[in-house]
Parts: sequence; structure tokens; C-alpha cells
Amino acid sequence: MKFFKLLISFVLIFNLNNTYANDNDLNHKIIKNLRCLVCQGQSVYDSDSDFAISLKIVVANKINEGLTEKQIYSYLKKKYGEWILYDPELNKNTYLLWLLPVLLFLIGGVIIFKRFKIKNK
Amino acid sequence: MKNKFFLFSSIFIFVIIFSIFYKSLHKTNIYTPSVKLDKKIPEYSTEVLNTDKIISYSEIFDTENFYFLNIWSSWCVPCRDEHYLLMELHKDKNIKLVGLNYKDNIDNAQKFLKELGNPFNIIIVDIDGVQAIEWGAVGVPESFLIHKKKVIKKYIGPLDKNLLIQIKSLIK
Repeated sequence: MKFFKLLISFVLIFNLNNTYANDNDLNHKIIKNLRCLVCQGQSVYDSDSDFAISLKIVVANKINEGLTEKQIYSYLKKKYGEWILYDPELNKNTYLLWLLPVLLFLIGGVIIFKRFKIKNK
Repeated sequence: MKNKFFLFSSIFIFVIIFSIFYKSLHKTNIYTPSVKLDKKIPEYSTEVLNTDKIISYSEIFDTENFYFLNIWSSWCVPCRDEHYLLMELHKDKNIKLVGLNYKDNIDNAQKFLKELGNPFNIIIVDIDGVQAIEWGAVGVPESFLIHKKKVIKKYIGPLDKNLLIQIKSLIK
């Protein structure tokens, strides 16, 4: 019985959390990942420049039109290029960026593994 | 053996990180949009200044003519500076000028045109800046040379005499 009570409370808590995952969250997520092109070092979310204000309206409109996050990014990439996105996608220009941490992790792993093996011997 | 491996991997990591940083040193961090384009004009409908008429972009840019879309505003100082060049371009019969009035007060926009003259064949209104985004603009003034419903060139910032000569030679 106690287990069921616990289970129900967990389900309730997680469902309550889900109610916040609405359009507004998606909007914030997108505009936080967009670079304000006229104000260096700020995202569209942080900026109050004319460009950022307009871009916020465009993103809200596109969400209302039913476009997905990916579609909005590709729409903006067509207009302004890859530079507008903070989170670069995996392509031939960004292979190194994405794969280097994995490579370093693997090299580190090998070093640790080798030391561990030597110690065990 | 152990030391050799450690030395080799350290050098390898150092070389990779060094080359990335070295390469990035020469890369500018300032947004530089491409100005040579061959993009179709966006699809959008908009209001014409001083009327209730709604017109689509495909109706505005419908002929085989060259069009020059200029994003301007009465509060924008560089727009004031380049205005006389637009007046000069207006005299050319090979091109039609379209004004995109950006985030402006209508009364101020009219005063601006009364004072400096109206070079535009048609003026469309962009109250919230959404249309400027559709064109891929970042601010005012920005201009686009359009031919056969395609943007063939983009001019960021105010025009100058050299650019005017360049535009005139392009539309001959």
C-alpha cells in the first residue's frame, strides 16, 4: 500500500512538471539558442535590440503556425546562415568541434585503463 | 613504453588544441552576411503606406523590371544621408524603387518624405520588423537589388556614390 501511495505521488509530481512544458518553454528554448546579430555576445533572449525584438515576434509567429523547433532553425539559417545558431549542427565544418571531446575522453580513458592495469599487475 | 605513450598523447592533444586556437585567432567574430545572393524573394503580404490596401510581394515585384527595395525609417540618421542618392536612382527608368518603412511612426515618415522628397514607387509598412527578418536584414538602412523575383545583390548600411554607380551599371 505504501508503495502505491509513493508511486501515485511520483506520477503526480512528474505530471505537474509536464504542464509547464508548453509553447512558452519552446519559445524560450529557441530564442536562447539564437545569436543576436547586431549585439555581440548576447542571445536574442537576452537582447532588447530592434533586431532581437522582431526576431522574438517571428519565432512566436512560427510556433503558432505549427512549425517545429528544427523547422524554425532551418528557416532562420536560410535567412542568416549557420552563425545565427549558438548550438552548431554536426556538419563538415563542425566535425572537430563535436568529435574532439569524445576523442579526448577516449584518450583519457585509455591512459586511466593502462595505469589501472599496471597497478593490478 | 608507458612514458612514451604518455608523451605521444600529450603532444597529440597539445597540437590539436594549438591548431584550433591558432586557426580561430584569424577568424572574425563579427557577423558578416553574404552580399552576393541569388535567392527568391520571400512570400509575404503587407500594407501599403497611407492606404488600407494589402498587397503581396509577388504583386509588387511582378514585372521583368529591376527593383530596388530600400529599408528605411525616419528615425534612422544614415537613411537621411543616403536619401539624395535614392532620389537620383529614381530618375533611372530601368528601375523601380520600393520603400520598406521600418518600425516607424507614420506621421514622422510622411514628414521625412515631404522634407527630402519621395523616391519610391510604392512604400510598404513594416510595423514590427517581421518583414525585415523575412528579407534577412539586421537593421536600417539595408537595400536589395531584385530582378525576376530574385534578390541579386544586398547592400548593408547606407549607399554611397560608388555604390550608386555600381547599381546603375548593373541595371543597364
